[in-house]
Amino acid sequence: MIDSKKLDPHFKFEVAKEMGKVNVTRCFACGTCTAGCPVRVIDSKYNPRKIIRMVLLGMREEVLSSDFIWLCSTCYTCYDRCPQDVMLTSLMTTLRNIAVREGHVHPAFKEQARLVGSFGRLYEVEDFDNKKREKMGLPPVKKIHDEVVKLLEHDAKKEAES
Amino acid sequence: MKYALFLGCTIPVRGQNYEMSARAVAKVLDIGLVDLDDFSCCGFPVKATDRHDTTVMAARNLAIAAAEGLDIATLCNACTGVLTETEKELAGNEALRNEVNAELKKIGREYKPGVKVKHFSRILYEDVGLDKLKDKVTRDLGALSFSAHYGCHYLRPKEIYECFDDAENPHTLDELIRVTGAKSVDYMGKLDCCGGAILGVDEGIALRMAKNKLDSVTANKVDALVTICPFCTIMYEDNQKKIEAKYECYYGLPTLYYPQLLGLAFGLDRKSLGFRLNKVKPDDLLAKIGVE
Repeated sequence: MIDSKKLDPHFKFEVAKEMGKVNVTRCFACGTCTAGCPVRVIDSKYNPRKIIRMVLLGMREEVLSSDFIWLCSTCYTCYDRCPQDVMLTSLMTTLRNIAVREGHVHPAFKEQARLVGSFGRLYEVEDFDNKKREKMGLPPVKKIHDEVVKLLEHDAKKEAES
Repeated sequence: MKYALFLGCTIPVRGQNYEMSARAVAKVLDIGLVDLDDFSCCGFPVKATDRHDTTVMAARNLAIAAAEGLDIATLCNACTGVLTETEKELAGNEALRNEVNAELKKIGREYKPGVKVKHFSRILYEDVGLDKLKDKVTRDLGALSFSAHYGCHYLRPKEIYECFDDAENPHTLDELIRVTGAKSVDYMGKLDCCGGAILGVDEGIALRMAKNKLDSVTANKVDALVTICPFCTIMYEDNQKKIEAKYECYYGLPTLYYPQLLGLAFGLDRKSLGFRLNKVKPDDLLAKIGVE
């Protein structure tokens, strides 16, 4: 049941502003996104058309605190097929980014951000890895990219404060 | 023909067979691949948490290539997507460009538009061309059949890729397979995503996504699945045993990176193409073409 008192009619504009595009308001609920979604076909808890409706209705808290916004596999099928150019994959990224700022980050993505913020790459490279590479005739890779660590240090600071 | 080789995060530590075979075929084809030590993660893994961080990281990588006057050759589909998207976004948006450059200034770098980003397979198809590839084929692969998995970010969003292939009915990787003399076999669900991007979010869904493709591909009894992205390979090859255990089934489907297949056709040996690192051993396939 939707409680109309809890709806935030401004949410869709907040999302549009964050995206830099108003495309989400163009959705006419045809369901092309959901029909072609490779995640939806396996688990109905991820349903892009429903997520768009929830955004347009202003179900801000339900959307941002949900598990389902983390389930988009970013395949861009809906993005390419949407007849109203809603740019769904970007919309899902936008929802995730807003959710993160409100403390709803999924642990898998939190860990990815921590690794990239610490090393400038997704996997920590050990001496062992470079030795292995040398044996294969491959050049070594840099273990830590200080420049990237510096560029992302504002995130680490925010994380420490929270 | 010379490019800066962008390896990304996964390939140098988990997909060295892809890297070795790509370097080996590039050598045969006289494609110069330059290693730039400062290339970091493309930025894709932080997009979910902060899209702007992704833009800044990708812009930094683009700036590194630009400083060397080189275009970028990528091997991973996700790197290809993020770097291409960022290049287009920044080239067409001066305000964003200025904002990003203000941040890059802190590390003494500057983004300037103009670097072309291309996936290695696209370079083979477009810049080298099928005719030149065919000229270099010395080993007959006529006894083999493969199925192609393109991977989402190789084709989509189509607006960033100048329609070099048809995102709804792709053909370029199939043609690259056929140019070796091998057969390319179509299958149901060819466009379906590997699920790699949500493996850490919901393993059950991700493995089911990979399983559906393994079911569909093995139904045609091909010798191997051919991929061009390290994360797709993690889903179909590294996780194959896990899927078999979970669903009590057996596939034994080798997964080859396309340059490994091309290298076989070029007459290169098993070692230089990194076959030792393939987790599902392609011994039967190699025996069919007389490779020890």
